[in-house]
Amino acid sequence: MNRRVLRRLFSNLMVGLMIGAVVVALLPLFFILLDLVAKGAGSLSVDFFTETPAPAGETGGGVVHAIVGTLIIVGTASLIGLPLGIAGGIYCAEYPTSRLTWITRFVADVLNGTPSIVVGVFAWAWIVATQKHFSALAGSAALALLMTPMVLRTTEEMIKLVPNSLREAALALGYPRWRTSLSIVVRTTLPGIVTGSLLAVARISGETAPLLFTALGSQYLSFDLDQPMAALPLTVFTYATGPYEEWHRYAWAAALVLILVVFVLSLGARLAIGRRFTLNG
Amino acid sequence: MTTALSEPERFAAESPPSLERASYGDKVFRGLLTLAAVAVPVLLGLLVYELWSGSRLAIAEFGLDFVTSSRWDPVAEEFGAFPLIFGTLFSSVIALVIAVPLSLGVAIYLTEFAPKWIRQPVAFLIGLLAAIPSVVYGLWGIFVLIPILRTSVFPFLRDVFGFLPLFQGPIYGPSMLAAGIILAIMIMPYVMSVSREVLLAVPDTQREASLALGATRWEAVITTVVPYARSGIVGAVILGLGRALGETMAVTMLIGNRHEIAASLFAPGYTMAAAIANEFSEAVGDMHLSALAYVAFLLFVVTVLVNAGARLLIWRVARGSGAGSKAI
Repeated sequence: MNRRVLRRLFSNLMVGLMIGAVVVALLPLFFILLDLVAKGAGSLSVDFFTETPAPAGETGGGVVHAIVGTLIIVGTASLIGLPLGIAGGIYCAEYPTSRLTWITRFVADVLNGTPSIVVGVFAWAWIVATQKHFSALAGSAALALLMTPMVLRTTEEMIKLVPNSLREAALALGYPRWRTSLSIVVRTTLPGIVTGSLLAVARISGETAPLLFTALGSQYLSFDLDQPMAALPLTVFTYATGPYEEWHRYAWAAALVLILVVFVLSLGARLAIGRRFTLNG
Repeated sequence: MTTALSEPERFAAESPPSLERASYGDKVFRGLLTLAAVAVPVLLGLLVYELWSGSRLAIAEFGLDFVTSSRWDPVAEEFGAFPLIFGTLFSSVIALVIAVPLSLGVAIYLTEFAPKWIRQPVAFLIGLLAAIPSVVYGLWGIFVLIPILRTSVFPFLRDVFGFLPLFQGPIYGPSMLAAGIILAIMIMPYVMSVSREVLLAVPDTQREASLALGATRWEAVITTVVPYARSGIVGAVILGLGRALGETMAVTMLIGNRHEIAASLFAPGYTMAAAIANEFSEAVGDMHLSALAYVAFLLFVVTVLVNAGARLLIWRVARGSGAGSKAI
């Protein structure tokens, strides 16, 4: 066999190996989703979505307290994090020559890489330690701090895609700069901003670590932001590491619900974006 | 020429002064936005201050010996984080050893070889891995991965590679290797998507030149495309490392949580993030809390340095494409 054929064979072998890598990389996704449905779907019932937990060891009950808790905690976090992130992003994109822009962009990147558990410790030291009790609000603050830099950076990247001719047209028609920014630039990029926001909400919905010693978790249905509150990811963690068979079944079911919420939000984000802008992946 | 400037930057640079005249509305608008933009650095400052002030007690007591001491005794109020630091690095290195070849294989296949119709769907599916919450990985790890590892994979590894210290010792299930494997699955989408962005930024002329000189397609990739993107790929790997270092829930659920150092991959261990997650809400003594805050402070400093390094490397290759920031 001559060298030329050998080289071509080697090239094909490497391509084969890479296809193998794709298969191996996709296997965990396949198995995780399969196991979630296989082990979780059976425990889903009307009670699961409407009842609070039965006392430890007994059967029955549900996780409505955690579902409501997640909605409240993530909702409050979004009320703080989204306006802050979007406004910061508009600033960074619209005033690119300001020194504050450079600092804010850099700090957002630093915060994006900060482990969520560290943000949890910060929220504990800042809010829980000074108030002397755990509260859902502290959890929301931690999640808000996690989502702000994400939203800020995507908003900025999106606004940068707006062509200058649009700005110039608006200014030529006599619009002041603030109206140009809001009703022309931001309006044009709205799908992109919505996408970035939804992705950030999806991401913090599944966060557990920052809630461990802020919202803490609870066995009861609660609407009080000033008190400990349950959340779906916390429930999955507690039930998965607990001793009861029944708890483990509920952990799978709660994880299935959690992942459905996260996937629906992520898919919604991709649909919202339409064709004009492309986001990573 | 203002090629390096983005559209708004060019706009700001080229606007004549008369366009800068600020109306009342403009001032209010800019003021509100400035408030939001200032809040982010202020919050980071507050974070650093709170971490520092929380760990002040432990810093005063143990100083830098904290990093090298192995004793962790909440009753005697003696704390040393060496086993935690060791566990964090060990599990992250295992994750990189598994995830890097896989992610690079996928990234290279998707940018250089795959048929067009397959690229987006595969990238999308692997992106879904990044959307799965950490606690779900932990759940799957406890009830699916660990039983498989304990009953078949670990005994097999011990039989075949038992002469290495890495593969010796009793098998429990929760272990360094279990945590490393789950970390590998979790960081793979990040390493893959950033390497893909970097590879896409390599100009086609590079590939064409190499092919024209008679290289096979694989040779073109390995001798031309990959070296061109090298620092960006290293950046992607370091970004993955940054993720692995700070990952908490899945690791906490799989690593066994023991303040011990062992050479074996089958032995349980601990990581910095896992120790904070497990002990923080149950810590009673001020010194215990302070020691955990000190661990958080160290973890923060390390991840900031790692991420800054990664970003620098990625920017060198994919300048302007925003690869690094979008992938986070």
